[in-house]
Amino acid sequence: MKLYFKYAAILLKSQMQYKASFFMTMIGQFLVSFSVFLGLYFMFQRFPSVEGFTYSEVLLCFAVMLTAFSLAECFVRGFDMFSVIISNGEFDRMMVRPQNAVLQVLASRIEFTRVGRLLQAIVVFVYAVPKSGVLWTWDKILTVLFMITGGFFVFSGLFVIYASFCFFTTEGLEFMNILTDGGREFGKFPFSIYGEKVLKFFTYIVPLALFQYYPFLYLIGRSDSLFHMLLPLLSILFLVPANLFWKFGLRHYKSTGS
Amino acid sequence: MKKYFSFFKIRFIHGLQYRAAAYAGIATQFAWGGLTLLMFAAFYKTGASSFPMTFPELSSYIWLQQAFLALFMTWYFDNDIMNSIVTGNIAYELCRPIDLYVMWFLKNMAVRSSRAVLRCFPVLIIAFCLPEPFNMSLPKTFSSGFLFLLSVIMGFMVLTAFNMLVYITMFYTVSPMGIRILAVSLLEFLTGAIIPIPFFPEGLKKVLLLLPFGSMQNTPFLIYNGYLSGPEIGQGLLLQTGWLLGLTVLGYLYMKKALLRTTVQGG
Repeated sequence: MKLYFKYAAILLKSQMQYKASFFMTMIGQFLVSFSVFLGLYFMFQRFPSVEGFTYSEVLLCFAVMLTAFSLAECFVRGFDMFSVIISNGEFDRMMVRPQNAVLQVLASRIEFTRVGRLLQAIVVFVYAVPKSGVLWTWDKILTVLFMITGGFFVFSGLFVIYASFCFFTTEGLEFMNILTDGGREFGKFPFSIYGEKVLKFFTYIVPLALFQYYPFLYLIGRSDSLFHMLLPLLSILFLVPANLFWKFGLRHYKSTGS
Repeated sequence: MKKYFSFFKIRFIHGLQYRAAAYAGIATQFAWGGLTLLMFAAFYKTGASSFPMTFPELSSYIWLQQAFLALFMTWYFDNDIMNSIVTGNIAYELCRPIDLYVMWFLKNMAVRSSRAVLRCFPVLIIAFCLPEPFNMSLPKTFSSGFLFLLSVIMGFMVLTAFNMLVYITMFYTVSPMGIRILAVSLLEFLTGAIIPIPFFPEGLKKVLLLLPFGSMQNTPFLIYNGYLSGPEIGQGLLLQTGWLLGLTVLGYLYMKKALLRTTVQGG
């Protein structure tokens, strides 16, 4: 853990070398998600609600998703760039060091510029929390925290799976984007609006809905079941298959040479 | 002229090599287009009357967007070009007896169009076979189909000309990431990649249509699905031509100015 912070400090320093670019990237990150927000805003100017969810409720959902995703992206970004690490032979160097490979991959890249996206999420939160009409009792606050934690781990798991595929294919697989970037993009609406089948897929196969739709129902008072509130914690279990897959891939790893 | 043409050809054929990646990409685009349509369908159910176009028109728009994604994708910037600026390799390119602006322009077009050729047909064919109203429909008239083709090429070139301005700006910033992401987020939103321009509020929509952003993917797709008709089509094409000329001339001059004061660091 100490080593990780050391890595983080060095990366922060190196990214600060190009200060203008760093802040421009950060503003860019902010603008990217801001444009998504504007898209949402324009849609709700035209339509008062979607499948019974109001604008402020959807915003809450959007903010949770954005927070979880940007946290995961900030810290687990190393896995996202894993195809590069494998193809330039850097992974071989990591393997011979007397440290955990996962830690080194994690620490190989931390994108502090993602703070821009996180900032956007916080702005949306500040805007949506008072407007949403949710009575903020302790259990609701806890639910939001659960949702963000669950989301962080599910997205992290997805990044790990994405990276594990690289053991077999060397190249990153584009179709995983639909689950990570797509999850963020389409997860701004509760998954139920996409219909029954999509909801089932995101419940049982890739558990994005576990930390989004079900606890969200509890949050806005559509459901009283404590089970729904606790579902995000269940979604953390997604890390188990992700980890197994990583180990499986690691055993099959053949170096690409350098 | 011949050297530029053969340069385009080399790059185009080079781009056609990545077939496996293209097939993986097609699957992604299907899922993406499908989810987008389901999202709009949910809005359609709540308020069909506030929809700016009919649902089949929207379906055509979304599938065209997915099919020609490679032509209009905003996040693609050529790494070779960016690296040549950062590493100083641009010095070699400047020694060659060719015009840098034309070459970069062609390079961008070659990469994008080769990707689009690989991807568009499977997407279009499957999209035609989907159940109504989620399927893609044929253009209303033969002439609108033809004008669509013309307009796609124009829009594609307007986008490339715009991107050239971004590349040239990188001469001034050394590290290219920042300017790149700014350009991407602007383009993504204003060209209608997130939500189609007809869904924007009236005032903003009018302004955007006059700016180059409205002349990129917006015009051809709206011609195809029949949202634009008659004189509006002519107007759209005219605007596209104007912006293409304007942006190219601007970029050409801007590049000359940037090259005058370029210092290549180290060697």
